[in-house]
Amino acid sequence: MKKRIAFKFRLYVAGGAHNSIQAITNLRAMCNTHLAGEYHIEIVDVFKDPKRALADGVFMTPTLVRLAPAPMLRVVGTLSQTATLLQTLSLDDVAA
Amino acid sequence: MRSSRPPRVIAPNKAPTGITGFDDITGGGLPSGRTTLVLGGPGSGKTILSLQFLVHGALEHNEPGIFVAFEEASSRIVSNAASFGWTLPQLRRKMLFFLDAQPTPDLVQSGTFDLSGMLAALQAQTKTMNAKRIVFDALDIVLALLPDHAARRREIYRLHDWLLTNGLTGIITAKAGGDETTSLSHQPFGFMQFMVDCAVILNHTVVSGVSQRNLRVQKYRGSSFDENESPFLIGSQGIEVAVAHPLGRRTVKLSNERVSSGIDRLDTMLGGGYYRGSSVLITGFPGTAKTTLSGTFAEAACERGERTLFISFDSDASEVVRDLRSVDIRLERYVKNGLLRMVSARAINGSAEIYLSRIKSLAAEHSTRCLVIDPISTWSRSGNDSTANGIAERLTDWAKSLGITLLFTSLLDEMSNQLEGGPSFQVSTIADTWIHLNHLVQAGERNRGLSIIKSRGTAHSNQVRELILSDSGVTLTDTYTAGGEVLMGTLRWEKESAERAANEVTAVASRLKRVRIDAEEAELVVRVKSLQVELEAKKVERALLARTTASHKGEMSRGHSMMRELRGADAAIPARKRTP
Repeated sequence: MKKRIAFKFRLYVAGGAHNSIQAITNLRAMCNTHLAGEYHIEIVDVFKDPKRALADGVFMTPTLVRLAPAPMLRVVGTLSQTATLLQTLSLDDVAA
Repeated sequence: MRSSRPPRVIAPNKAPTGITGFDDITGGGLPSGRTTLVLGGPGSGKTILSLQFLVHGALEHNEPGIFVAFEEASSRIVSNAASFGWTLPQLRRKMLFFLDAQPTPDLVQSGTFDLSGMLAALQAQTKTMNAKRIVFDALDIVLALLPDHAARRREIYRLHDWLLTNGLTGIITAKAGGDETTSLSHQPFGFMQFMVDCAVILNHTVVSGVSQRNLRVQKYRGSSFDENESPFLIGSQGIEVAVAHPLGRRTVKLSNERVSSGIDRLDTMLGGGYYRGSSVLITGFPGTAKTTLSGTFAEAACERGERTLFISFDSDASEVVRDLRSVDIRLERYVKNGLLRMVSARAINGSAEIYLSRIKSLAAEHSTRCLVIDPISTWSRSGNDSTANGIAERLTDWAKSLGITLLFTSLLDEMSNQLEGGPSFQVSTIADTWIHLNHLVQAGERNRGLSIIKSRGTAHSNQVRELILSDSGVTLTDTYTAGGEVLMGTLRWEKESAERAANEVTAVASRLKRVRIDAEEAELVVRVKSLQVELEAKKVERALLARTTASHKGEMSRGHSMMRELRGADAAIPARKRTP
């Protein structure tokens, strides 16, 4: 399993809202711990770009979308429960 | 009482919903620029009500709207709404925007979240289309994802603030079942009810297997409203709320015109017939010819060329036509030429509310002037006990407002109540004319008696009359009373023949007497004649007598002087004694 997969995330946040800041922090921490150097995070502020949120069907903030690898996954919330997050993103074996 | 209020004007601070009856209850619609909470159980009509509000705004008031669907996919909502004739696909381009916000089943939650993303998106959309109305359908779905009570409350506040800030007239729907006052205060919606400016509760209950829908405005800040539960139904045009006396009811144009009941003598008893546009109730036990009287009315109406609708709840329409033919009421030709429409309503199933709505639409389709419902008591069958009266009242109100002459029959339960006017279904108070048909048992016979219990605004006969059905038609007999009882059937026949015999004897006797008088008169005339002749004879006799006496006297005196002259002895007698 030496051949690493590139992880692509998109995080929808609501400006400087407390839970959005938290989500950014939590996501960065998780990625740094488990996916060092193999990830890309795009942050979309729905206040600045509401049309995009509308088009993408994002209504709750913060929302994390895993764009790659397939399938696309969505996680809603501050991403504070790292274990749940890892399991959902099928990263628990990576973490192990 | 309510009908005496002044007609409704569109209030400036209200957003009309276009829902029949609802705008009457709320005095014009939902509070404009405020939030309305619509609560109800599953299938209570929340989505339809909200959507109707948006469609009406888009079509009639040029107010674009946004529909946020948390539960049902917008594509399904749009296709479901097609059955109401709402042209959603056309509206969707500019006037109506659907936002699919259903949480996906594979949605994973990690930590708390909020709705600001959605609100930001909606804000952009609102600006783009200049939306005025917005609906959040099934907010409870998304609230259920929030971890605790405080979080739910926070999101509700966020939503409410957002609505107020943007000046949108909003509807939030949420599921709530049962008694709202007890169960809801424990739910976040309980708190929502305090926060919003208007709350509407939809109820859907099943009473004895019949579905009944009710709607109640629980609160409405800054406006008067009808606080009672109003039945409503989901009809072909969407929601229709039943209001007994719409606030803006037009003054009914009263008519003094009479329409025939189809029985001449009954018309006479009523002082000319029923009033046009009035409601006539015919009550009676089974088999007292209620349907027959309905038939004569329908036939008379068709003869006048008036379009008539005959709704039978008891038997099949063709059966009614056939049965009435046996008493010479011929309706086939009018059915054929389209003047008369016979409807068998046994096919209509459901609440009395549905009956009423179907009758209204049938009557409109047929442009009915005379309406017969036979019998209306079916409405109070199981499950409709509590609502049937109100609906009958609305039926008469509706008919009156359109000037439709309404005749309905009501079956009395022979077993339960033999008293006149004791039906469980109290429609008698709302009818203008009440005719009661009864079986009168007399001398071992059962005969049909007809009496007019009331007829508003007309002098009417107080007589109980016997109703005769024969193959040559329907008629009321002459009245015979004996010992304070109206004679009917055989007794009447006996009385009639006895009277005929007595009449004959009297006629003969008087003829005899006349002959005798004639004879006496002739005799007297003869006597008068003979007496006159006799009188004439007497007159002649007397004249004769007078003449003979005079000549006799002359002769006598002439004789004396002659003798004196002859004697010559009495010369000294004065000359004056001598005849000249």
